[in-house]
Amino acid sequence: MKSVIFRAVAPFLASLMVLFSIFVLLRGHNEPGGGFIGGLIAVSALAIYGIACGVETVRRAIYFHPMAIAGAGLFASAVAGLISIAARVPFMTGLWIYPSVLGVEIPLSTVMLFDCGVYLVVVGAISSVALSLEERGGE
Amino acid sequence: MDVAALTFLALALPFVGALVAPLLTRLLGHKAAWVLALFPAAIVLHFTRFWPEVAKGEVVTGGYAWIPSFNVSFSWLIDGLSLTFALLIAGIGTLIVLYSGGYLKGHPQQGRFFSFILMFMGSMLGLVVSDSFLMLFVFWELTSITSFLLIGFDHSREAARRAALQALVVTGGGGLVLLAGLLIIWNVSGVTQLSLLMAFGTEMRESPFYLAALLLVLGGAFTKSAQFPFHFWLPNAMEAPTPVSAYLHSATMVKAGVYLLMRLNPVFGGTPEWQILLPLFGGATLVIGAALACRQTDLKLMLAYTTMASLGLLVMLTGLGAPHAIEAAALYLVAHSLFKGALFMVAGIIDHETGARDVTRLGGLRSAMPLTFVIALAAAFSMGGLFPFFGFIAKEEIYYALSGFDRRSMVFAALAIFGNALMFAVAFAVALKPFVGAKVETPKAAHEAPVLLWLGPALLAAKGLSTALLSGLTHELVSTPMASAISGEPRAVAISVVPHVGMPLAMSIATALIGIVFYLKLDRLRDFIATILADIGWGPDRGFDQFIRGLVRFSGALTRRLQSGRLDVYMTVTFILVAFVLLLVPLIYGELPRAPFFAPDVPLHELAIMAIAVIGLLAVVLAPDRLTAIVSLGIQGFAVAVIFLLYGAPDLAFTQFMIETLSVVVLALVMTRLRLSPSDHRPLAQKVPDFAIALACGVGFSLMLLKATGVPFDATLTEFFNLYSKSIAHGANVVNVIIVDFRGTDTLGEIAVLMVTGLAILSLVRLRAGSLRRIADNDPDAEERA
Repeated sequence: MKSVIFRAVAPFLASLMVLFSIFVLLRGHNEPGGGFIGGLIAVSALAIYGIACGVETVRRAIYFHPMAIAGAGLFASAVAGLISIAARVPFMTGLWIYPSVLGVEIPLSTVMLFDCGVYLVVVGAISSVALSLEERGGE
Repeated sequence: MDVAALTFLALALPFVGALVAPLLTRLLGHKAAWVLALFPAAIVLHFTRFWPEVAKGEVVTGGYAWIPSFNVSFSWLIDGLSLTFALLIAGIGTLIVLYSGGYLKGHPQQGRFFSFILMFMGSMLGLVVSDSFLMLFVFWELTSITSFLLIGFDHSREAARRAALQALVVTGGGGLVLLAGLLIIWNVSGVTQLSLLMAFGTEMRESPFYLAALLLVLGGAFTKSAQFPFHFWLPNAMEAPTPVSAYLHSATMVKAGVYLLMRLNPVFGGTPEWQILLPLFGGATLVIGAALACRQTDLKLMLAYTTMASLGLLVMLTGLGAPHAIEAAALYLVAHSLFKGALFMVAGIIDHETGARDVTRLGGLRSAMPLTFVIALAAAFSMGGLFPFFGFIAKEEIYYALSGFDRRSMVFAALAIFGNALMFAVAFAVALKPFVGAKVETPKAAHEAPVLLWLGPALLAAKGLSTALLSGLTHELVSTPMASAISGEPRAVAISVVPHVGMPLAMSIATALIGIVFYLKLDRLRDFIATILADIGWGPDRGFDQFIRGLVRFSGALTRRLQSGRLDVYMTVTFILVAFVLLLVPLIYGELPRAPFFAPDVPLHELAIMAIAVIGLLAVVLAPDRLTAIVSLGIQGFAVAVIFLLYGAPDLAFTQFMIETLSVVVLALVMTRLRLSPSDHRPLAQKVPDFAIALACGVGFSLMLLKATGVPFDATLTEFFNLYSKSIAHGANVVNVIIVDFRGTDTLGEIAVLMVTGLAILSLVRLRAGSLRRIADNDPDAEERA
């Protein structure tokens, strides 16, 4: 796209949106948010960045192929479910641990890993479609 | 370790072997056979420990729960029948592994071959010791799949691929039929284990579903055991390397069907249906197989058709119902495994060392391959039923069972004598003809086989002699328990190798004499049968091709009819159907909602947002070009999102916002990508019906929503989630907790679907114009012509 302002702002906007999407993802368990919404925000960030600066730039920026990201997400979610089996409780039972780092207690859970997987699948699957459409559509 | 764990280990061992086989072969070359043979040898060793118990007539069962909620277990049943089978499978398997080491020496894919054959062994072993129905079925289909891999091992040749596919379709299809039969048995008897089923014989036979269950089980058994008219896959399977043929034909695969019939004999047997169908098909298979064997000149094909004949004989004996018929079947099954395995391996040796396996192009190999000659003769003596080999004992028992003077016995006795005489002729045509007479030039200079090749057949041939000479021990350990297991009541086998003057001996002598005549006149017999076959001009093998071709054509025509490839047609059909379901169902059942209820005091801002939504819709309909329409669709979506927000569903609103944004972006991209014309050029004649469909769908959805909200709200789930979200799942956001925790498995499925959809769209986007045309032209007829 030709607009100079848009091209100048897009990288910052996109990074802020990705950051915000991770925030939304992590707070999702207690406040509005979660992996699905977070993923959608991140996809919009990538779409904006792609429209402004070209698909090649986005592909370089995210380094992995979007489908590989989606695959990793699906894998993480499946593993999150399977950990429960290793702990001898039914598949997908949430498990929680509370390690303390630098005196701060951080709740970690398989549920969170699962939600991160959801986030990655959404980001990967939708952005791969959007990017491949942009690739030829922008000509 | 206890016996159960060891047995489980023994059942898993072949698969472990299959896993390490390629690596071992890479390290050791063909010598890996010596190491890999230890796997089946260990299995033999393990199963011999059951001999004392089984010889006493005991039945050993064991196993583990598999799917307890469905009463499905991974359990085994070891009695005389399955023990004999297991020992044959693992014992001959040991020899086959050694033999393949020599036969495929230097083959680039020898490791893969070892792997396949060990997997096949494991499947077959699992099949014969299975107690639970489901396990039996799983292993049954596994043998089909692994034999597909083995038959198609030489996958660069089309004949091998066709034979593999044919075997898979016929035996795998038979397996499905068997599954249906097993389900009926389960429904009638209520048990899922063979060992428990034995007590339900009377219920089974008197059930109105008896005939259906019987026919389905026979469908499975007859396809697997190559009974006429399902026999055609068996000779075609000769495309496989010879070790496979030797294994498939001696102890495994084709015997699976016979095993099943023998196993179910106490439950299904004894009825008129059983005693008509089995001898009828068995007898026909015996005669046709033996006759077709004489027609062939290829050593392997001759043996293949005699296998078919032997299977016919076994099925006939199993269903005959005469005294001693079961004992005869048990003896003949063991004898056949030994001599047929040896003869196939001999045929492989001849092929391997001379480069030819056409019986008319072989001769005078006696001096070059003396050891092979001795082995071949010993096996042929057993196959011909000559003194003092185990085949002789088996044949005496067969004739003893058939020596009644009623019409039925006489008919089957005549069939048996005729078939056995033909098999006698073929046995010596394979084992004698290539070795005697004038020396014939062969593609390779003939020389004696290496030890890996002759060891297996030599041991089998020796076994054919020793089991006969030590018949007392053989009967105690093998024949008596096996016959008792098949008949379901204690039976004693006492026949010895010493000939007794009597009717059976006379029939044996007659068989041998007729066999000698056939052997001497084999060339004329071959021409005679060839003429008959040429006159018929059609066989099941051809029929199979016609069937497959017809199936492909039918599905092609059906697909072309249903899948026009035009997106607008699909959309129209889909939405018409949706409109029908939404409108017709409430009309028929009188479930139309009552008139909507309008609250009198809707706040002004909510009204404004609704107005925006409606304006957005109008803008979509009236938009001059497509891009405007897409953006206007976003207006309506955002308005709905705001409504969600106002009604206290921030998560939903949030998601709706994102979805709307992204769908506008993606739709706009799709539009530019597909290079659609900017505006809508549909003629009025198409616009009106499209509008009607859209309106019908809209009205239908509105009615459904009104009806759904009119139903009293059941708050059980809401209360549950609100109550436990924080206390169990440690989350205050109920929506999120539901998605990732309470209904996490659903979400897992959804994201998997999302990913697959993404992949599908990605590949669609990347399709080039050329590949699109090829898909549109996908036409089986054109493919056939090409």
